[in-house]
Amino acid sequence: MTPNAAHQSPLTSDHRCPIRPAPATRVRPSTATLVVPLRHVNRNGIPKVSLDGISLSYKTNDGSQLLALDNINLRVKAGEFLCIVGPSGCGKSTLLHLIAGLQPATSGKVLIDDKQVEGTGTDRILIFQELGLFPWLTVGQNVEFGMKMKGISKAERNERTDYYLRLVHLTQFKDSYSHQLSGGMRQRVALARALASEPDVLLMDEPFAALDAQTRDLLHDELERIWSETGRTIIFVTHNVREAVRLGDRVALFTFRPGRIKREFVIDLPRPRQLEHVTVAKSAREILDHLREEINKSLEEQYGHEAVR
Amino acid sequence: MKRFAKHAIFYSVLVGVWLILAKLKIWPPYVFPTPRGVLDSLWAGFADHSFWIAIAVSMKRMLIGYSLSVVLGMVLGLGVASNKFLEETMGGLLVSLQSLPSICWLPLAVLWFGLTEKAILFVVVMGSLLSVTIAMETGRQQMPKIYGMAGRNLGAHGLKLFWYVLLPASLPYILSGLKQGWAFAWRSLISGEMIFVSLGLGQLLMMGRDLNDMSQVIAVMILIVVIGYLVDGLVFKTIERRLQHKWGLAPAT
Ligand SMILES: Nc1ncnc2c1ncn2[C@@H]1O[C@H](COP(=O)(O)OP(=O)(O)OP(=O)(O)O)[C@@H](O)[C@H]1O
Ligand SMILES: [Mg+2]
Repeated sequence: MTPNAAHQSPLTSDHRCPIRPAPATRVRPSTATLVVPLRHVNRNGIPKVSLDGISLSYKTNDGSQLLALDNINLRVKAGEFLCIVGPSGCGKSTLLHLIAGLQPATSGKVLIDDKQVEGTGTDRILIFQELGLFPWLTVGQNVEFGMKMKGISKAERNERTDYYLRLVHLTQFKDSYSHQLSGGMRQRVALARALASEPDVLLMDEPFAALDAQTRDLLHDELERIWSETGRTIIFVTHNVREAVRLGDRVALFTFRPGRIKREFVIDLPRPRQLEHVTVAKSAREILDHLREEINKSLEEQYGHEAVR
Repeated sequence: MKRFAKHAIFYSVLVGVWLILAKLKIWPPYVFPTPRGVLDSLWAGFADHSFWIAIAVSMKRMLIGYSLSVVLGMVLGLGVASNKFLEETMGGLLVSLQSLPSICWLPLAVLWFGLTEKAILFVVVMGSLLSVTIAMETGRQQMPKIYGMAGRNLGAHGLKLFWYVLLPASLPYILSGLKQGWAFAWRSLISGEMIFVSLGLGQLLMMGRDLNDMSQVIAVMILIVVIGYLVDGLVFKTIERRLQHKWGLAPAT
């Protein structure tokens, strides 16, 4: 399988205008209940992932409450590639933890196929920002872990482990421990570990942040290929707006604390896309303008007005 | 090699001084035995199997008692660590109980179990249980939360989560506690065996006293030290080295 094999996303349409805010967010502020646009639901009319009025506050050390997420409403249709961008500390990781079922929301519901999430489930696998590789296991054993927990037979586990290690180009490192790898290699192990569980929904928290440009491009291609071949639903958090435009069917932009969806952008560029391509750059610039507003807000909050000038 | 040479010099000097003091005959031999006498006692003890039997009996008690306290301590420690109320109340109690020499449990154990094997085991368990519990409790708190989350995320729950994730993840944090627990258990066992007749190394020690056989007393003491050292040096050091290799931790020097 060549990584660059031309493939057409089922979501790519022939719109002239390569980028536009999603209709729903255009007509209503993001805090109101989102009217689900048709293209974001699957054939049965049920979105794969659905967030209904999700809010979450953390208790801070001085005893007050910090509102990290404020009334998030989001639908992700089966097979959709959604990217989330937002300033640091806006609650992106928190949101992925909620969807993974690792912590409960203060209010609101997370629904998968219209069923409320009550905890973790192997239909949703999260690649943590901190990776969370197990240091007491080898690379191969890390990749195998989820399958072992599911009770998959040893033979199949071996086969799949080898397959996914090859995919991330780490076959020779199967018996290494994670501390013996570079940061980028560790990210690839985490990617292989998540893919090996073959979840319906893949939650990725800045998974390519520590990669060199070549490896990242390669993994973009691979991820896009896996996604289009397997029909997985992907929610992908990144700092890099270009990366979001390169990969996403849709980009959701979060506001700085409390995290809200400021705006959604539908990316109608044909696939496969190239990070360096001018249309990607153009779309990214538009989103970046909105993101910069939020980043400035966050800087103001942290350093006062002087810093922003 | 250099290290070995240093040790060789140190122990030759030690034995030399001992030899000279013994040769000077300042004290009678039943108070201050010669190295030769101790060596003879060791030889005789192994030759008539009494030392082998004592070691086997003591080690069996250690294995049973220590295993019990590791299992109990882990369950207790996890329980305490996962409950705020218990952590605040029982956490303090556990630490203060640790100041109690474990031999203090012997009268209680004898009243409960009589002069039986169970009483000895009870003392061994009480000697190491607290160390293991406290180690597990703090280990659980120090262990990065990400491992538990990653484990749950990949489908590990309940016992599987404990066995495949929480336990290995906390091992570097609890290893020193497990080691301390072993040392405490060893001491508790010997004191327990000394107090009531029950085979084992402790009893051999008391037998030496009863027979006024200072050579045997010293021989058994050497045995106790050597066994304690070997377990620490072979078993725990090996585990420690393997952990450091896997986790990429700096070797402790
Ligand atoms: N366990 C916690 N306790 C208290 N506050 C927390 C906790 N975890 C996160 N927060 C706060 O919640 C907010 C959102 O955190 P989160 O990690 O979700 O941000 P993020 O968008 O992923 O940021 P980044 O892009 O830097 O990773 C932050 O302001 C953070 O201080
Ligand atoms: Mg984050």
